[in-house]
Amino acid sequence: GSQEVRMTNSSTGGPVFVYVKDGKIVRLTPMDFDETDPESWKIEARGKVFTPPRKTTIAPFTAGQKSMVYSDKRILYPMKRVDFDPNGERNIQNRGVSGYERISWDEAAEIVCGEVNRIKREYGPSAILSTPSSHHLWGNVGYRHSTYFRFMNMMGFTYADHNPDSWEGWHWGGMHMWGFSWRLGNPEQYDLLEDGLKYAEMIVFWSSDPEVNSGIYAAFESTIRRKWLKDLGVKMVFIDPFFNHTANWIGDKWFSPKTGTDHALSFAIAYTWLTEGSYDKEYVATHAYGFEEWSEYVLGKTDGEPKTCEWAEKETGIPACDIRALAREWGKKNTYLAAGGLGGWGGACRATHGIEWSRGMIALATMQGMGKPGSNMWSTTQGAPLDTEFYFPGYAEGGISGDCDNSAAGFKFAWRMFDGKTTFPSPSNINNGQGQHIPRLKIPECIMGKEFQWSGKGFCGGDIPHQMHQYQYPAPGYSRIKMYWKYGGPHIGTMTATNRYAKMYTDSELDFVVSQSIWFEGEVPFADVILPACTNYERWDISEFANCSGYIPDNYTLCNHRVISLQMKCIEPLGESKSDYDIYAFFAKKLGFEGQFTEGKDELAWVEQYYNATDCPKLMTFADFFKKGYLVVPDNTTRKKTVALRWFAEEREKDTPDWGPRCNNSVGYKGLQTQTGKVEFIATSIKRFEEQGFVDEYRPAMHTYVKAWESHHCELAKKYPLGMLSPHPRFSMHTMGDGKDSFMNDIKDHRVEVDGYSYWIIRINSEDAAARGIKEGDLVRAFNDRGSVILYAQVGERTQPGTVHSYESCAVYDPLGKPGCSADRGGCVNILTPDRYMSKYACGMAPNSAQIEVEKWNGDIYEIY
Amino acid sequence: MMKQKYIVIDVRWCHDCNNCFMGCKDEHVDNNWEGYTAAQPRHGHRWMNIERRERGKYSRNDVKFLPMPCQHCENAPCVAASKGAITRREDGIVMIDMVAAKGNKELVDSCPYGAIYWNDEADIAQKCTMCAHLLDSAEWAPKMPRCVHNCPTGSMSFYDCEPEEMAKLAAAEGLEAYKAELGTNPHVLYKNLFMFTKNFVAGGITVDGDCFENATVTLEQDGKVLQTAQTNFFGDFKFDGLEDGEYTVKVDAAGKAQSSNVTIAGKSLNLGFIAF
Ligand SMILES: Nc1nc2c(c(=O)[nH]1)N[C@H]1C(S)=C(S)[C@@H](COP(=O)(O)OP(=O)(O)OC[C@H]3O[C@@H](n4cnc5c(=O)[nH]c(N)nc54)[C@H](O)[C@@H]3O)O[C@H]1N2
Ligand SMILES: Nc1nc2c(c(=O)[nH]1)N[C@H]1C(S)=C(S)[C@@H](COP(=O)(O)OP(=O)(O)OC[C@H]3O[C@@H](n4cnc5c(=O)[nH]c(N)nc54)[C@H](O)[C@@H]3O)O[C@H]1N2
Ligand code: SF4
Ligand code: SF4
Ligand code: SF4
Ligand SMILES: [Ca+2]
Ligand SMILES: [Ca+2]
Ligand SMILES: [Mo+4]
Repeated sequence: GSQEVRMTNSSTGGPVFVYVKDGKIVRLTPMDFDETDPESWKIEARGKVFTPPRKTTIAPFTAGQKSMVYSDKRILYPMKRVDFDPNGERNIQNRGVSGYERISWDEAAEIVCGEVNRIKREYGPSAILSTPSSHHLWGNVGYRHSTYFRFMNMMGFTYADHNPDSWEGWHWGGMHMWGFSWRLGNPEQYDLLEDGLKYAEMIVFWSSDPEVNSGIYAAFESTIRRKWLKDLGVKMVFIDPFFNHTANWIGDKWFSPKTGTDHALSFAIAYTWLTEGSYDKEYVATHAYGFEEWSEYVLGKTDGEPKTCEWAEKETGIPACDIRALAREWGKKNTYLAAGGLGGWGGACRATHGIEWSRGMIALATMQGMGKPGSNMWSTTQGAPLDTEFYFPGYAEGGISGDCDNSAAGFKFAWRMFDGKTTFPSPSNINNGQGQHIPRLKIPECIMGKEFQWSGKGFCGGDIPHQMHQYQYPAPGYSRIKMYWKYGGPHIGTMTATNRYAKMYTDSELDFVVSQSIWFEGEVPFADVILPACTNYERWDISEFANCSGYIPDNYTLCNHRVISLQMKCIEPLGESKSDYDIYAFFAKKLGFEGQFTEGKDELAWVEQYYNATDCPKLMTFADFFKKGYLVVPDNTTRKKTVALRWFAEEREKDTPDWGPRCNNSVGYKGLQTQTGKVEFIATSIKRFEEQGFVDEYRPAMHTYVKAWESHHCELAKKYPLGMLSPHPRFSMHTMGDGKDSFMNDIKDHRVEVDGYSYWIIRINSEDAAARGIKEGDLVRAFNDRGSVILYAQVGERTQPGTVHSYESCAVYDPLGKPGCSADRGGCVNILTPDRYMSKYACGMAPNSAQIEVEKWNGDIYEIY
Repeated sequence: MMKQKYIVIDVRWCHDCNNCFMGCKDEHVDNNWEGYTAAQPRHGHRWMNIERRERGKYSRNDVKFLPMPCQHCENAPCVAASKGAITRREDGIVMIDMVAAKGNKELVDSCPYGAIYWNDEADIAQKCTMCAHLLDSAEWAPKMPRCVHNCPTGSMSFYDCEPEEMAKLAAAEGLEAYKAELGTNPHVLYKNLFMFTKNFVAGGITVDGDCFENATVTLEQDGKVLQTAQTNFFGDFKFDGLEDGEYTVKVDAAGKAQSSNVTIAGKSLNLGFIAF
């Protein structure tokens, strides 16, 4: 056989060396840097010098990714439902149950293009619904903002906009308090590692588990930094209903609030500071708006209910003395608030109380002088001192689509990538504010022919009021949906009340369904035609470690080095699978616009054009980069350090490289994006919205303790007493590492095999288990009025009594009876989550607080929904 | 004396990320390393078996992990029982001979650590080889086993050194063998092993309803002070590494004293609040 060759690629869990022999992947490893790679940065703090290892890290689902490439769930050739005939009986009622037969790519194209052209002539292109999912295998040219939009915008379609899932409470709540609309309400995090290493005495990790989620896409890059902070004696407190994995690793204390009650805890901390005077009064007087009226409310003067620690103990189940002790230490010591894993985010923002939780985080940080040395919002994941002056775009900057409406291409990259003479972007005239689009959370209602209104077009990053713009489906003049082209198929594991997503496929309104996917799982077996896509190891691409950009500008500072990878085509596509680019090139030819789509280029040619539109040629020619396979951006020792929000604290012009506030939203580049330029404890934007007749019961203008509509308070809790939170899976990047007969299924805390079947896990407190006669290893039914899911019971102490935990994003949907109407044995706990919006005009998902009950499973299929 | 190969694992810094377990499967599933080991089956084997133990009771509890490869014992019970099917290399790595291991199912039960697995399809006994095929290869630049190379927390390290050097390191770092009573003298050594094998007693001191910082708490047995601690700002203390037995917890807070007798019987204890 041939020699073993070391190639390069990348993944959602870090860049990798790929060892290949005889056309087969042998192994995947992290990248060790060599002597030709530039020196790493150094930070001096507290008499020590800190510098990162000369190596990248990988996530567990990247370490096991070979088992996702070589998996018996890979779709190896196009397929058609056996009882689907576009020119005869479509048997729509059998979607999800009828089997498949192999067809050729030509036959697939004939059916798909036939339906596309028919529907465009009978209803117009807006009758074609299509959407990818939030995430994707790695690579900027092949990414959804790039190849997918380039083709779909040319073909014409209605896009299912994504709700700002990762952000929710920050987007619908936080944004009204401190702006940051271009970050959807998350804060900037520049140069906070140096600040923290110098000044931190305590870090409060609130809904934050960085050892699991790394912020995002950053494997274990920031792990060593938390060890540095621990060695410096920094105290670490964790607030999370679940005893999470970072808490278990370095936590000094764990608070487990009942689900839906965090904001009672933040109000009690504020109450303690107000009554004991242990907050930064001068800062608040000059940097906050509406603080006095808000203080009156916290002290109970307006509603007769002082938000004391004793009051919060009743709401949260956390002892009042512990709450008071935390408030006092926080008031005395240099404390960073790690709200969420990124600096923002956190499962709490995707819960019924997400809006008031996010505002609570901003309130507490503001009261302690946010932006001053030793006092900031920082999650220990972003903020490494990397060269923000070197330009390399993240996947959200539009790649080969250049779609400035639906990606961040308009920031810089579209103008650098397309010369408007020989190469052109691909905008859409349907997928914008004046056209038609729908919210991803309402795809079932839209397919089933209902009408509905909502606020905001997906990720509303343009300005604060954008999320208040009203939309309706169908949009005036546009057609209802007749066809669904789904890219990937995870929604039963990742959206809300997801039996809806199974039932919708058999609705008579839906003439035709295409699934363009890599693995046969989740929603894929509901399609009429299945088009097999290949993985990033089977095609050419280019990317940077963890770099999303877009709504997280400069998030590569999650990493210890800026590492840019040539994603080499290590092996040929398996079976007859194709890269998405090649699928679209094949269809563009059949539909008559191949030249416009490919411009005569294959993926590698686009990769070279992409490379030359970045700053990389300053370091290396494309030919040298092609040989070496990766490049590390040198440390820029002349870069001016600009700590996040220091400019705001010191009332200076903003000096960080952040993408906002834009000049039209600020006065002389000073102050935040809010109308007053201050942190608004009473939001002027929401107040004006109310005055215009739009009143949100669960999003008042003032930051208020609004009881969560699904928590231990509500009527539902009498019948379903256990509060379930469902954060992101530790051993998979959402659905992409689960199922597939992958190595990750053998991890003891991911799935457990019982009688030959690999079950998803629910974690239940020992007292709740005993009360229900449940012991470790039992198979249980988790259920409420929305559905039933069969799970493996892990009994222990990782939640307080009354709270249960199970990860979202299960890839396997395995209904025991009729799809959408019976118990699922795959593990899709999102079936149990509420599909109600966070508030009437705050159209976010709130899956992390669902009231359920759990009992030993009697083997029934529960076909009762 | 030939340099020997060792793996050192610090229980304190392991958080069950499973990068080691995934790295071992990545290296061995679908890869037949001629002269070393046949391919590992896709499922069913845990050459790197991470054991898990939950200690304590809500809300003073923790979870500890013990990554368990073959221990590469110097006096290996498997070698003794294998009639030559398992041998120990000069560098300390214990290898199963793939030919002699064919159909030899009783080899599985010869290991007191449960580190040998049966490959039903190939009819052979298999186990961790300390990635010998990589360590022997000049092209393998990292020069360490796949599990160590993937470990992101510094919990796992690899040493290729003289036994005296390892003895010095073991003394300095407090390294121990797991199940030392078996006397197999393994080349896999653990730091902070007590966190997995022993138990703790923890509690919180309050004075007049508030958490009390810097209370002095002592743990005594038969009148002898074993450990002392100052409570943190939550009034919390934790004594770890305890064998089973009777102990007395004495607390001195704001000039007052209390003491309580506790029994450790295979379980860690959360005493909850001790109020003054
Ligand atoms: N309960 C609960 N639910 C949640 C959350 C929570 O906290 N709790 N979090 C929410 C958040 S923040 C997010 S981001 C979402 C994520 O939820 P989703 O984005 O819905 O889940 P993913 O697994 O990322 O979906 C990616 C899909 O694309 C497919 N795919 C990947 N790469 C390719 C490719 O190259 N080509 C093709 N054709 N297909 C590809 C994958 O197979 C998969 O089907 O989950 C949300 N859901
Ligand atoms: N391994 C892995 N990493 C990932 C992902 C993945 O799927 N797998 N997904 C990526 C994506 S798309 C995103 S958006 C980020 C998400 O990053 P985060 O939003 O920070 O992560 P989550 O897992 O949703 O939540 C973090 C912690 O919040 C806790 N939590 C959940 N609900 C509540 C609550 O109501 N109150 C409190 N106090 N805590 C709560 C959870 O138990 C969890 O330990 O992670 C990214 N990283
Ligand atoms: S751990 Fe078991 S298999 Fe490994 S050398 Fe010791 S006795 Fe043999
Ligand atoms: S040393 Fe090699 S064979 Fe042994 S557990 Fe680690 S990766 Fe597996
Ligand atoms: S890779 Fe390291 S931290 Fe992760 S489970 Fe293995 S030994 Fe523990
Ligand atoms: Ca302070
Ligand atoms: Ca056999
Ligand atoms: Mo997300």
